[in-house]
Order: sequence, then structure tokens, then C-alpha cells
Amino acid sequence: MRTDTDSIARDVAAVPLLETHGLVKRFGALVANDHIDLAVRPGEIHALLGENGAGKSTLVKMLYGLLQPDAGQILWQGDPAPAAEPRAARQRGIGMVFQHFSLFEAMTVAENVALGLDDAPRDARVLAKRIRDVSAAYGLPLDPARYVHDLSVGERQRIEIVRCLLQAPRLLIMDEPTSVLTPQEVDRLFATLRQLAAEGCAILYISHKLEEIRSLCDRATILRGGRVVAACDPQAETARSLAALMVGSEFRTAERRAADAGGDAGADAGAPRLEVAGLSLAAEAAHGVGIADVSFAVAAGEILGIAGVAGNGQGELLAALAGERLSDTAASLRINGEPAGRLGPSRRRRLGLGIVPEERNGHGAVPELSLADNVLLTARDRLGMVARGFLDRPAARRYAEKVIAAFDVRCKGPEAPAGSLSGGNLQKFIIGREILQEPDVLVVAQPTWGIDAAAVATVQQALLDLAARGCAVVVISQDLDELLALSDRIAVIHGGRLSAPRPTVSLTVDEIGLLMGGASVAAVH
Amino acid sequence: MAIRIEKRAAASLPLLYATPLLALGLTLLAGVVLFLALGVDAGAALYHIFIEPFETLSSIGEVLIKAAPLVMIGIGLAIGFRANVWNIGAEGQLTLGAVASGGVALAFWHETGVWIFPLMVLAGILGGMAWAAIPAFLKARFNVNEILTSLMLTYVAALFLSTLVYGPWKDPQGFNFPQSRMFNDSETLSLLVEGTRIHAGVPAAIVIALLAYVLLERTVTGFEIRVAGLAPAAARHAGFRENRLVWLSFLVSGGLAGLAGTLEVAGPIGQLVPVITPGYGFTAIIVAFLGRLHPIGILASGLLMALTYVGGENAQIAVGLPRAATGMFQGLLLFFLLATDFLARYRVRIAARAEARP
Repeated sequence: MRTDTDSIARDVAAVPLLETHGLVKRFGALVANDHIDLAVRPGEIHALLGENGAGKSTLVKMLYGLLQPDAGQILWQGDPAPAAEPRAARQRGIGMVFQHFSLFEAMTVAENVALGLDDAPRDARVLAKRIRDVSAAYGLPLDPARYVHDLSVGERQRIEIVRCLLQAPRLLIMDEPTSVLTPQEVDRLFATLRQLAAEGCAILYISHKLEEIRSLCDRATILRGGRVVAACDPQAETARSLAALMVGSEFRTAERRAADAGGDAGADAGAPRLEVAGLSLAAEAAHGVGIADVSFAVAAGEILGIAGVAGNGQGELLAALAGERLSDTAASLRINGEPAGRLGPSRRRRLGLGIVPEERNGHGAVPELSLADNVLLTARDRLGMVARGFLDRPAARRYAEKVIAAFDVRCKGPEAPAGSLSGGNLQKFIIGREILQEPDVLVVAQPTWGIDAAAVATVQQALLDLAARGCAVVVISQDLDELLALSDRIAVIHGGRLSAPRPTVSLTVDEIGLLMGGASVAAVH
Repeated sequence: MAIRIEKRAAASLPLLYATPLLALGLTLLAGVVLFLALGVDAGAALYHIFIEPFETLSSIGEVLIKAAPLVMIGIGLAIGFRANVWNIGAEGQLTLGAVASGGVALAFWHETGVWIFPLMVLAGILGGMAWAAIPAFLKARFNVNEILTSLMLTYVAALFLSTLVYGPWKDPQGFNFPQSRMFNDSETLSLLVEGTRIHAGVPAAIVIALLAYVLLERTVTGFEIRVAGLAPAAARHAGFRENRLVWLSFLVSGGLAGLAGTLEVAGPIGQLVPVITPGYGFTAIIVAFLGRLHPIGILASGLLMALTYVGGENAQIAVGLPRAATGMFQGLLLFFLLATDFLARYRVRIAARAEARP
């Protein structure tokens, strides 16, 4: 039946409903979208598949007029039609349901719908009737008089969908709509989407859930690192083959690890520098992810990679390792054999720990302060930059100069504010600041996130060199290519739990991809 | 038409330094408009407020002794404000400082000795600290909003002082006036410059400003305060403990407010009365911001605010300006400062809609 409507739609409209040609969007040095070509036909459920950071959200924000492309063209029914703002996109017939809802909890369903409509009827009864009609027609039960704070997440999402449907959309964009739904709600949503598609509405469906896309979508465009890497029929693919396309199957620079794997007995026999045993931490925010019973050990000279989709407890794991949040027992974390679970960041640093957090501005560095002052954040104790409570600013300045020279940080000198550096240069500075302290243990989150290729090479080489000098390194990253290139062993974090680390050489990309999607180790084998 | 507020890519630095002067100019302008509306000779009013206080030595002295408490309190508050700790209750801490030092003075009213005054200063500082410790404890232990607790405790402090001077501490020979005994010579500040009421509080304020400068610019603690204010996550990353700064900020600002209260009762007033200051604890908030939260800047802004007190009184007498004019001037100044600051960091864009509705 689906194929019938598809072929009809294609015959009627040989011209796709929406097309993009060479769409480019840059954020500073980061190219979020690199010449994206996409075509969505009427009546088609089109998947936009990719890891976090692949550029999916940036792309749809440009389609919806929230962002403006730096280059390239958006065509609507074959005519150039840039969306200057969401209102223009809505008038064209593009509706979008965001991952995070914009609803007022203290208002009723009807009031919330009215607020989001460009041409809400003045009579509340008319609107309520239209809401009832649409929700009945599409199997989205919704009472216009109820208050939002009483509704479940699934019901709230229905408000957003109904709001779009009231404007008779020709293209509906859905950003990871099932991440918050129960399986039953997912089934109901899919029925609605199929009905919409059958009526000729195109749906652009963003997700990284492979099974979902296989069961729902007609076409899939796969993004990786801001580029389209494949366009395929998901129903003809397997979850494994989609995972391979999504995370990339080429082993870019795995040579070093592969070469070392056999011979480097020193690394294997190295003393354990960082030992984590049964580390748990409750979620900080109401909807956050805690970490549960995490255990691993990293030896001198070894690099452990921790893979995972964003939001699965990586931030909490880093906070727990850094000492920004303390664990309940001292013995749950040992640095060089010393129990450190109850020690704060400064005392852990004195034991030999170095930390590079994911967020550079405002966490790893203070953008308003000079590079020399930023040195003081983490190096003041280990490098003796404090004497009787007073700062040794010249020493901080000299150390900043040393980092700048050693890591080729492009800046105006040690007095330049950290915020004036590009992302890649600031990252080189922060990593350099930790590495030149010669830590015994270094924990790095997203070491090359959003930085250019040259900086990536510098940073990765520096981490490899540091490990070769006998440091135990933990790399937490979403970039599988990077983890495969750097790590001796890889573990996967999902829902706050860490899988048992396994040697990199024994793992395949799709095994890691399935673990990242929450499959248990047993299911993978 | 749509009005949009956008953050500037980089706050305009020259503008950020110029805003205190710009705000002062705008305040004067608004003042002139108001004087004209009140039917007051604007030129004369401005003369009495801003020029006349400098014309005699004794009125210069008045400006200085009003600036001293404002500077002390303003510096204490600025340390907290820099670290994102919002002590709004310096007025109450000042009052408790006065109560504590006044209590010492009254306990030894029939004794003399050089040891009494240092004891009063110590008691005053500890009194202010103790009052500030309440919101600090609530913030550090239960994360209670310190703005509310510190502010509300101000009124408790004022009523506590009233209870004492209307009750147990009332002067037995005072004809039932609500005031304590006069402090004796060992318990009051001696005058430093003949013909003025300048006392040791004036040089003390300068020394405190210099010490604060060294603390903020040269020490780890000062660095900690800056980092905590600019980027709390980075402060945690650096191993700085938030609660330590909450305690430090409150104890320092409370102690300095207590010291200012001590100098008021041991200086110009010489006894405990129901109302000790014309709101120095609140005005010091304006002083701190007007001085860019910088000790040296606060020296200057403290002098300016003291001028509005002295000049405001002059204008009341000379041209019949209402008493509220002083407070209005101070309020306008803060308003314009915050407004110009905002515009230095953000720009306002007025744009027609990209597409007209059909």
C-alpha cells in the first residue's frame, strides 16, 4: 500500500517537495553542515539518520528558518525558497515538532495551541472544536480543556503535533520524537505518521534509533560529520549495516594501536594508575542520568576509550572522576593506589590526576580571563604557583608561554583572553596545560570535538605520546573513529552503566554501535 | 515593527568603563528636568548639591565621614558580588555591629582606658559577622536564597535595636528619650582635623580599599572569587569550593558593615539611637556597582554618594528641595548605571518584519 502512494506521489510530483543543494553551515571553525544535498518527496517518510553532532539538527533548523545557511540553496517544489524565519516556513506548509516542547504548563491545551498558531481563531469554541476534529481524525486523543501540567509526555507531544496539523502541513519535521515515549505511545505515533504520509504529507524523521527507522521510513539520508555519507532504503538494510553507515566503517588511523597490540608488553604489564570499583552517582538534575556501579582500571601507558551516545552519563562520569562530585566511599576510586573517592579536585590533582572536560568555555577555561590566569585554574598546586596564599603570576605566564609554544596555540600571547581563541586553539591550550604537568592519569572528554583536522592530529598525537611516557589515559568520546585510533581498550557507556572494557582489536564498529544503542553484550554475541 | 535585544559579540570595553560617567551625566539631566517640573531653580539646586559641599573645610569633612562607611561596606559587598554572593542586608549587619560595640561601651560606661575602644571595634566586627552568618549558613547548608534572608534580617536588626534603646539600654537620665547613655571619651573617636568631624574611619576606609585591592588582585582567594563569579563550573573544576566563598563573602561584608556601624555610633553619634544611618547599608550597594566592584573605583563612588547626602541636605535648606530628592538622585544613578551597562553588553534592534502577513 505504501509503495502505491509513493509511486503515485512520484508520478504526480516528479519535482521533490523540498530539496537542498550544497547547503553549508559553519559555526566558527566547525562545519556543521558540509554541502548537504537532500530531496524529500510528497507522501514520503524520510529518515535523517546520524550520531549526535552529525549535523541533523542544524540541517532541519535551516529548513525551518531558525538558522540561515552560509551557502547553498533550499528549493520548495522546485523554486528557490529560503526560509527567512519560522513564520515563512510555516506559511509554506512546513511544520516542526521539536524534541523539547515549548508549552506553558499553567495553561490549557487549547490555549497552548492558540499561542503557537499564526492565525488562531478568535473564538475559543471554534478552536476547541478544530482541535477535537483533528485529534479524532488522526487518532491523537486530546482534550482541549485540560491543563498541560496534568498531561503525560506523550500527551504533551500530541499538542505539538496537533498544533502543526491544524496548519495543514505539507512537510512535517519531527526531531527525535520517540526519545521520550513509551513503546505503546511510539506505536500510536507511528500509526498517525503513516496516515499523514498516506494523505500526501511528507515527513522528515530525525533519529538515531535504527530499528525505528527500518520499520517506519521509506528513504533514509545518513549524515556523518556534517556530510551526507549515504542515501538508502532503510527497509532493505539491516540495523548493522545502518549502524556501520552511521558511525563510519573505515579505520582511519588505527595503525598505531594495531601495531602496538601485539608487541607492547610494557603497557599491558604497567601498574594500574587509575582504579574505579563500583562507582555510583545519583543524577544531579531531575531528568539527568546517574552512573551506576562503574568499574574499570587503566594501567600506565594504556589508553582506555569510553564510547557512548551523548547524555548517557558521560558528564556524570567525568564529574565523578574529577572530584567535582564526590562518591560515597573513598575506595571507589584510586589514583596511584591512593583512595581518592572522597577527595576534591585539588587533592586529586596532587595525586597525579589531570582532567579535560568536554565544555571548554566556562568549564575547562574561563573565557574572560587571560590564558596565564587560566593556567592557574588547574596547574597552581602541582607547579607551585602559589606561595603563602599569593599568586606567582610570572610563573603562570611562563607556563602559559610554554604551553602555547609546545602546542602551537595560535593566540596573541599569554595575556590574550581565553575567549578570544578559536575552539581548536583553546582545546590545544587546555589539553597542553594538563599534559605538560605530566600527570600520571589523564581523563579527557571529547578531545577533538568541533576542532579542525590539523588540531585533531596535534591533540591525538599528544595523547599518544603522553601514554607512551607512562600516563594512564581515559578518553571519553562520541567519535568512534577517534576511539578506534587511540584506544587500547574500549568500553561503552549506556544509561549510566559501563560495559566491560574489551581490547580494541577484538571489536568491530557495528558491535560498538549496537552497544551504544543499548543492546546488552550478550545480544551482540 | 519588532524590537529585538541581541547580545553584543564582545562587550564594548571603553563603553563599560565610561558607563559610570555616562550614568552620572544622565542622572544630572534627569535631575534638571525634575527640578524644573518642581518649579525649583535647577542651577541653584545643582550648585547646592555638587559644588557647595566643597566650599568649606567642615563640609568637606562631612563628605569624608559619610564616604568612609559607604566605602567600607561597598568593598565588603563588592567581594561577595564578584563571587555571585548577594548580601543585600548590610544595613542590618551594620545595626548589629553598632549594637555589639554599643553594648561594650555601655557595659564600661563608668570606666576609662585605651583597651575599651579596640574591644568595641572587635565586638562591632563580630556583631556584623554574626548577623551575616545567618544567611551564610542558610545558603551554604540549605541553599536558601541569600537575597531574601539577608534583606529580611535587616528589619529584624532594626527592631532589635529599637527594643534595646526603648527598653533595657535606655539612658536612666535621658528624660525617657529612646536613646542610650552618651559614650565616654575612651569610647568615642577623637577628631583628626580641627574644624571638621573627620575621624579615624576615613583613613581606615582607604587602608581597607588597598587591602581589598591586594586580596582581589594578588591572592588565590581573590582569584577564586573572580573565577566563581565568572564561571561557576570552572571554579568547581579548579577545586574551589562554593560554600567557602559564601562564608567568606558574608563574613567579610558583615564584618566591614559591623565596623562601619561601630564607627558611626562611636563617631558622629556617640550613643545608641533607634536609627543609626540614613541607609548606608543599602546605598553601599549602589556604591559597589558604581565603583565597578573595584576597590579603587569604590573609593570614588563612595565619595560621590556621600556628596549626594551632604549636598541633598544643603539643597533642602537652601532651595526647599524635598528630602526625598536625595534618595531619588541615588535611585536615578543606579537606574541609569544598570541601563547603560546593559546597553554596553547588548544592542537593541528595531526591525520591520521580514515578511508582511498576507
